[in-house]
Amino acid sequence: MNRLLRGEGLRTVRHVLRAYPALLRVGLADMFAYRAELVVWLLTMNMPLVMMALWTAVAKSGPVGRFGQREFVAYYLGMLLVRIITGSWLVWELTMEIRNGTLAPRLLRPIHPLWAHSAMQLAAVPLRAILVSPLVLVLYFTAGERLPLHEPARLAIVVAAIAGAWILLFLIMAIIGTLAAYVESALSIFDVWLGAQAVLSGYLVPLELLPPWVARTARYLPFRYILGFPVETLIGLESTTSALHDLGVQALFIAGSLVVTLALWRAALKRFAAFGG
Amino acid sequence: MRRLRHYARLLAVQMRTSLTLAVQYRFDFFLEGALALFWLAITLIPLLVVYSRRESVAGWSFPEALVVVGWFSVLKSVLDGGVTPSLNFVVEGVRKGTLDFVLLKPADAQFLVSTARFEPWRILDFLGSIAVLVYAFHRLGHAPRAGDLMVGLALFGVALILLYSLWILVVSVSFRVVKVDNLSYLFISIFDAGRWPIDVFKGALRLIFTVVFPLALMTTYPAQALLGKLTSAHALLAGTGGLAFAAIARFVWKRALRAYTSASS
Repeated sequence: MNRLLRGEGLRTVRHVLRAYPALLRVGLADMFAYRAELVVWLLTMNMPLVMMALWTAVAKSGPVGRFGQREFVAYYLGMLLVRIITGSWLVWELTMEIRNGTLAPRLLRPIHPLWAHSAMQLAAVPLRAILVSPLVLVLYFTAGERLPLHEPARLAIVVAAIAGAWILLFLIMAIIGTLAAYVESALSIFDVWLGAQAVLSGYLVPLELLPPWVARTARYLPFRYILGFPVETLIGLESTTSALHDLGVQALFIAGSLVVTLALWRAALKRFAAFGG
Repeated sequence: MRRLRHYARLLAVQMRTSLTLAVQYRFDFFLEGALALFWLAITLIPLLVVYSRRESVAGWSFPEALVVVGWFSVLKSVLDGGVTPSLNFVVEGVRKGTLDFVLLKPADAQFLVSTARFEPWRILDFLGSIAVLVYAFHRLGHAPRAGDLMVGLALFGVALILLYSLWILVVSVSFRVVKVDNLSYLFISIFDAGRWPIDVFKGALRLIFTVVFPLALMTTYPAQALLGKLTSAHALLAGTGGLAFAAIARFVWKRALRAYTSASS
């Protein structure tokens, strides 16, 4: 990717494309080796179910804003779906590799470590998709008429938004993970990120139920474009035009994070080299 | 009696080791403590949002629900400070094979792994949670009656026993399924549901949170006791439930230990 910036772009891209299928296969094998871990990790995503139980109890006596019981069920199922599909373990892998030095052999390989990591994480997506398919069915039966099944435009936006969310979260994790070259507690920083994300992405409570100024601020922060935006579009809380606009904002955040990632990575690499002596 | 004194001394030694470790990495631990307060604040947000829309949810008013949250945070600070660090210690020991060194020592293994690590800075989190509880009773306009307070404290003991027993069960699982780093995450994520009164949940979730992973006994019942709303039948149920769990946990731990073959052999 560094060479990409220096203008040898095409060769690098061809190079990466040639190596990518093999990397994906390695990632998939890795995934199946640690399948128990994947299942345990999936079970830790139970917060949306608890929030769903809470809000449906609240909405029993009448809708809350635009949310009736069915909307809450659809919203939190969507949350679970997007969270599971777009999640990755990059930040844990990176901090570990930087701390114990296993990043060094990766640097010797003729491919940028972040490309290799992206393949490893991407390889998990099909398995994650299979594991969440029962949720999709439940979502279909509870809120089928809200899903964009007959609106190809909105469906395309949803798919793009989920893909964008995956990339954005990957880059954010790359940034925070790379910080491990500078500070001991990069994972604590990520914890703070997760806390802010829980509130400002709509993960805990739909953004429109928060005080208006919080919901407005959230539109100018990256968090919503990782979870809230894809979910709101999926279950039809957002019109196609405003979803299109938000897709643009998401792309801007991705571009910005990409620049930061590359710059930080280069700087951190110099430090890391000094680390190993 | 001598055995007891022996173990008391062992506990003191283990705690001193943890304290030394904690002071060594004091910046990190201070950060963790501050983070815990940050999470406490985030815990309160959904509660505030819900009660900005409704006067009461599933029969619980705002201050009453706040008592549950406060109680939950107190337990969580104990969990984070005294239980999870040891859990991580064991899981890592199983993976690396270093647990063998613990098992070789001439003392009860369950006691040794249970007291392996403490995080003293969690006291910050604990005090924050007590503040939430005090504020909740301030909003209610009366302090808990002395009798209710006694029952509440007794149930606090039961909740600690439950928490500890569940933890021992999790550790026993880690003997069989070695590569389970995420086990403590899972434990905490399920425990998180305990911040809500059990009446919020219906059907399967309610059953799970009462019998399988008895969150109701750990947070809702003690909160009801403090509020003076707990029937003696429920209190008795909580007490026997706690003891039963402890017995099961000890049994499973013994079985698991016998089946444990170290990572190195």
